[in-house]
Amino acid sequence: MSATITTRQVGDVTVVDAAGKITLGEGAAMLRDEVKNLFSAGNRKILINLGEVNYIDSSGIGELVSSFTTVTGQGGQLKLLNLTKRVHDLLQITKLYTVFEVHDDEAKAVRSFS
Amino acid sequence: MPGTTDTFLESNLDSVDKAEALCVDEAKLLGLDEDACMDLGLAVREAMVNAVAHGNQYDASKQVRLVLDARPDSLRITIVDQGQGFDLNRVPDPTQGDNLMRGSGRGLLLIQTFVDEFTVKKSAAGGAEVTLVKYSISD
Repeated sequence: MSATITTRQVGDVTVVDAAGKITLGEGAAMLRDEVKNLFSAGNRKILINLGEVNYIDSSGIGELVSSFTTVTGQGGQLKLLNLTKRVHDLLQITKLYTVFEVHDDEAKAVRSFS
Repeated sequence: MPGTTDTFLESNLDSVDKAEALCVDEAKLLGLDEDACMDLGLAVREAMVNAVAHGNQYDASKQVRLVLDARPDSLRITIVDQGQGFDLNRVPDPTQGDNLMRGSGRGLLLIQTFVDEFTVKKSAAGGAEVTLVKYSISD
């Protein structure tokens, strides 16, 4: 399944729904560009929903990290929602799980943004 | 089924997908379950990306050699590029210090996590030769 990236607004939080493969040459660059564009457009509260991501590689993980550092380094917030077991395991292996604020309930995640 | 196949692939991302699919198909024949096949597929993907992007640097004049050695108890995958090779001991640990927040450098960690054996050496021509081994019955 190819990657798809769509966005929607929930209050003042921008939810990025990612689906499919987030890998080098497919979804990784799409995800990076989407977050970059959202941030450039003034969105400062970004929630990335990974619930439909069935495959991610080190490039995809790297883009999550780069997006996180870009957004948080300039005063924004970026959080993750609905990790699949696969993504969860990879974030554990790479010791990134504690770097990100991770939620499994969208409403609570949206409320968690200050 | 047991046997060896030797394939030469172009230095592009299509080859990464092709190599992953070939290895996963072989792993299924070996009887690996779905999770193990996905683990192996990811490891192959990471090794192929290293070969195509870092080793051959997408140079169309260079190839990546993929050798699948299917044995009754294991699948041995050797990937050889035409780059400069690398020393595994000199690769920074992506989980430590400032490396943790880098946007790259996690591929080798994932390979080592998802296969039973992983070795790196210089090929006769000087490029990187990496071998990934997955046993059909893991501890």
